[in-house]
Amino acid sequence: MIDLLQLSAFNAAYAQAIDSDALETWPSFFVEDCKYRITNVENERDGLPAGIVYADSRAMLEDRIAALREANIYERQRYRHLLGMPLVEEAGDASAVARTPFLVARIMATGETLLFASGEYRDRFVKREGKLLLAERVAVCDSTVTDTLLALPL
Amino acid sequence: MKEQAIQWHGEGYTRVPFDIYGDGATARQEQERVFRGATWNYLCLEAELPDAGSYRTTFVGETPVIVVKDADGEIYAFENRCAHRGALIALEKCGKADTFQCVYHAWSYNRQGDLVGVAFEKGVKGKGGMPASFCKEDHGPRKLRIAVYCGLVFGSFSDDVPSIEEYLGDEICARIARVLNKPVEVIGRFTQALPNNWKLYIENVKDSYHASLLHLFFTTFELNRLSQKGGVIVDGSGGHHVSYSMIDKSAADASYQEQGLRSDNDKYRLKDTTVLEGFPEFDDGITLQILSVFPGFVLQQIQNCLAVRQVLPKGADRSELNWTYLGYVGDTPDQRTVRLKQLNLVGPAGFISMEDGAVGGFVQRGIAGAQGLQAVVEMGGGDTCSAEGRAVENSVRGFWKAYRAHMEA
Repeated sequence: MIDLLQLSAFNAAYAQAIDSDALETWPSFFVEDCKYRITNVENERDGLPAGIVYADSRAMLEDRIAALREANIYERQRYRHLLGMPLVEEAGDASAVARTPFLVARIMATGETLLFASGEYRDRFVKREGKLLLAERVAVCDSTVTDTLLALPL
Repeated sequence: MKEQAIQWHGEGYTRVPFDIYGDGATARQEQERVFRGATWNYLCLEAELPDAGSYRTTFVGETPVIVVKDADGEIYAFENRCAHRGALIALEKCGKADTFQCVYHAWSYNRQGDLVGVAFEKGVKGKGGMPASFCKEDHGPRKLRIAVYCGLVFGSFSDDVPSIEEYLGDEICARIARVLNKPVEVIGRFTQALPNNWKLYIENVKDSYHASLLHLFFTTFELNRLSQKGGVIVDGSGGHHVSYSMIDKSAADASYQEQGLRSDNDKYRLKDTTVLEGFPEFDDGITLQILSVFPGFVLQQIQNCLAVRQVLPKGADRSELNWTYLGYVGDTPDQRTVRLKQLNLVGPAGFISMEDGAVGGFVQRGIAGAQGLQAVVEMGGGDTCSAEGRAVENSVRGFWKAYRAHMEA
C-alpha cells in the first residue's frame, strides 16, 4: 500500500534533485511514458490543454535538461522547493493519486531571492519493480505570470 | 516637432539613444502619442468573444479597456474607467455581462460604454442627487474604434487612424491571412513579466539577426539557419514586419563553422524528436513566420505552433508579454497534440524563446549608466525596406522610423 510517508519521501527527494542541481536525475523520478506539464489555474479552470512545458515521455524530460545544460542561455539560478503534505486522493498497492502544494523560491546569481511560483502538483504515482515513480505530474501554478523565464523545472 | 525628452543623433535610424528605454517622461508621452495615438492596438481574438455579452479586459498601452460583444453582433471597446471617480468598471479578466456596473458607487454602463445609470441620480427622499443639468450622455469612459481583421480585434483611441487594411498594408494583410485562414481557438494563455522596457522586446521580435546566435536550440535543428531561404518584409511605415524562413535541406551550411560561433554543436541531438515533428499545413513551404504590427502585436507561426503575443508597457522599465496559444477549430486530436508539443519551443520556458525573456533585462541593466550613449543598429546598412536574408536590422530600424513618426521626434 502506497502511503503518505512514501509519497512525502518521494517528493522530498524530487525537490532535492532539482534544488541541488542534480538535474540529470530529475527524469528518473518518472516512468518512461510519463506525462509532465506546467500550467496555471486559469488554463485548468477553462480546460485549456497547453503548458509552458509539455512532455509525454521521459526522453523529453531528458532533452529538456540537455537543452538547459547545452543550448539555452539564462542567468545562473537555483530553486528552493517547499512542498506541503500530499493530499492522498486514492492509494493502492500499485498506484496512487495525490495533490501536493508547492512554493518555489528562485535564487539568482546576483543573490536575490524571490517567490517564483506557488501552486499544486496533481500527480499519478505508480509502483514499478518496487519503486515509486510518477506516471503524471501536472504543476498547476497559482499565478498566470512567470517572471522573466522558466528554465529549471518545477 | 513636439517637446522631446530624448535627443536623437546620427544618420537615419542607425543610432538609438539608450535613454529611450528608461526615461519616465518618454514613457508618459508614448501613452498619448503611440498607444492612444493613430495606431491600432491588438485587444483580443474574435474567438474569445463568442456570445452577446462576452467581454475581456485588457490594455492599450497602460490604459485599461473593456472589449465586449453586444447583442447586435458588433464588438465595442471603451476605457475601463468609471466616469464618476475613475475606478475600474470591470475587475475580471473575462466574463459575460448584460451591463457593467462600477462597484464604487454603482454607476452603470451598457455594452457600448454609454453611461446609463447613476445611483440615486434624483437623490433620496428628495434630498441630494445630481443637479437637473447633469446629462449622462456627456459623461462616459472614452470609446475606442474597433477593427477586426482575420479574427484579430484591434482598437484605437484615434479618429485619424486609417482603416486596418490600410494601416497594415497589402503585404502584412496577406501574411496575416495566410496563418489565420480558418477559425482558431485558444488552447492556452500564459503571461511573462519582462524586466525591461516594452520596446526592447519588440526590437527583439523584429531582430532576425539574433535568432540563430542567441537561440542554439533553433540553429541546431536547422529551423533557422541564416543561409536558409527567407527574408524580412518591412511595410512602408516601418512599423510592421514579417521575418520568415523556408527550410532548404539541400543547401550545405558552413557559415557557422567558418566563423567558429558558439551556436553550432553537432553533438547535440534530441532523444525524443517528436517534439519537433509536424505535419504539412502551409503549401508555401514557409516553416517560420514572425509578424509584428506596430506598436505591440506579434503573430507567430513556427511549423505548426501558432500563437499571438501582446506586448504591454508596465512603467518605463517593466513590461508584460501575453501569450495566447492557438489551434484551428477543425484540428484532429493528433494535430492538436503536435501543436501542444511544439509549444515547448515558445513561451516563458520555450526552447527557442526563453532567452528573449532575459536579454531585454540584460540590456536594461547594462545601460543603467549609459545616459547620452547610443545603440548601434547598422546591420544591413541604414535601410528600413524589405530585405533578403536575415543578417540585417532593417525591421528594427523600421520600428524606430514608425516610432519617431508617432512621437514626432
